[in-house]
Amino acid sequence: MARHKGRGFAAINYPIGMNLGGDPSQALVHSNPDGKFMVSLSSIDLGQGMKSVTRQIAAETLGVPVEDVYVDTADSDTGPHCMGSFASRGTHRVGNAVIAAAQEARAVLLEAAAEELEVSAADLETDGRGNIHVKGAPGRSITTAAASLAAQFKQGRTVSGRGIFLIPFAGVDPETGEMTPVSCFAHAALVVDIEVDDETGEIEVAKLSSAYEVGRALNPKLVEQQLVGGAWMGMSHAAWETTEPYYPDRGHGPEDFNQYLMPGPGDIAPHDIAILERPAPDGPYGGKGPGEMCANPVLPALANAVYDAVGVRIDELPVTPEKILRGIQANGGARPKGRR
Amino acid sequence: MARTPVEFRLNGAEKAVFVEGGANLLDVLRRGLGDMTPKYGCGQGTCGTCTVLVDGRPQLACLTLAETVAGREVRTVAGLPDGAELHPLQDAFMENFAAQCGYCTPGMLMAAAALLERRPDPSREEVVEAISGNICRCTGYEPIIAAILDAAQRRRRRAS
Repeated sequence: MARHKGRGFAAINYPIGMNLGGDPSQALVHSNPDGKFMVSLSSIDLGQGMKSVTRQIAAETLGVPVEDVYVDTADSDTGPHCMGSFASRGTHRVGNAVIAAAQEARAVLLEAAAEELEVSAADLETDGRGNIHVKGAPGRSITTAAASLAAQFKQGRTVSGRGIFLIPFAGVDPETGEMTPVSCFAHAALVVDIEVDDETGEIEVAKLSSAYEVGRALNPKLVEQQLVGGAWMGMSHAAWETTEPYYPDRGHGPEDFNQYLMPGPGDIAPHDIAILERPAPDGPYGGKGPGEMCANPVLPALANAVYDAVGVRIDELPVTPEKILRGIQANGGARPKGRR
Repeated sequence: MARTPVEFRLNGAEKAVFVEGGANLLDVLRRGLGDMTPKYGCGQGTCGTCTVLVDGRPQLACLTLAETVAGREVRTVAGLPDGAELHPLQDAFMENFAAQCGYCTPGMLMAAAALLERRPDPSREEVVEAISGNICRCTGYEPIIAAILDAAQRRRRRAS
């Protein structure tokens, strides 16, 4: 009886978002009487950072400090429409909608400032620190707060903007059936090192090494956080989680967290991550979105690592000790593939 | 149903409540006393997000009969900060990105607080052991472990 080391590899191309019905999301941006900006969305933040990233995108586009922007995702009944927080679509789809809305609001903000400064809006620029000034003449300046106030209380304007992002309709070539349903792909490669115990069939994940190409990492710490957490979920899907019973029938299926298995804090492995940035042409400031794909490559990589370790090819998830042991038995023993 | 008067200390303050027979501590804290920091997760003692400290020991509030804390000291996340100053664990959780959805965070904080009071300089293994009863679905645990180890350092620095 022995523990066998194995290494598995997987690479993925991951389509960002869906293509059904153009996969739209909308955003509304307006300034409040205090000169701060509100971004209204129905795109829910599940902890993945939707609020942080859309806040950054809005601030960047408006040309105001990030602390002057709030994101309200309070209510999908009253907010602008969004398809939802799934399919890794948030950063890309919602981010683009926020840019469109913020551009429209910025144009009004500059018009309001232009009226106050008695100059042309085309001659104005923002410094990102809360000021609008004439290009080349920083002395001719007004704060974004003062411009918003003037718009609301003097000029009678709403400093606001509407944005929607809709991916172009993908026609089908009648001859070949070819189409381009996805406008933006992210990519990843992952190596997993494991040990398999040929007596118990148990897997121990020793190390994960991965490279993720996510467009521009708009918030690098949040990207890293998602990749670390997502890899854990990938491990969990690959080797632990199932609603099916292990033995012998439905009555033995998991009913709660005691029996629905997931790797705990003692089962995690070190994870080396390289984040590669290749800005997406149609992404907000080049961003794509790590989302689901942070879990995906772990599953095939782990199945490949089991094959490498003991020569058992498992094509049904999760890769449980039982399946490994049955495979070893069918092969007449563990057959490590070894290094070439 | 019979109602029993129960007195205990919650985060240093004397509390006196009437509890229904069979009422659990989590309900009494949340509904009775309005301390919403311990969360209701599974309600059957397997997820850990309702973890509170009873006389310094981590305990699952959803499985603790409220009557059993009579005369004891109960601590929740609401009692972690020192006035306006956050507990070193809270600072470390924020700076190490140890939360995503945040639902497990109160339980993690209390399990970790009990550990640091018992073991001011814990090993990684001791941290893992301390939070092994707390399920997190988002972070993959690594940022939480890092935050607790970081908090231990901050705590020692603050004390010295």
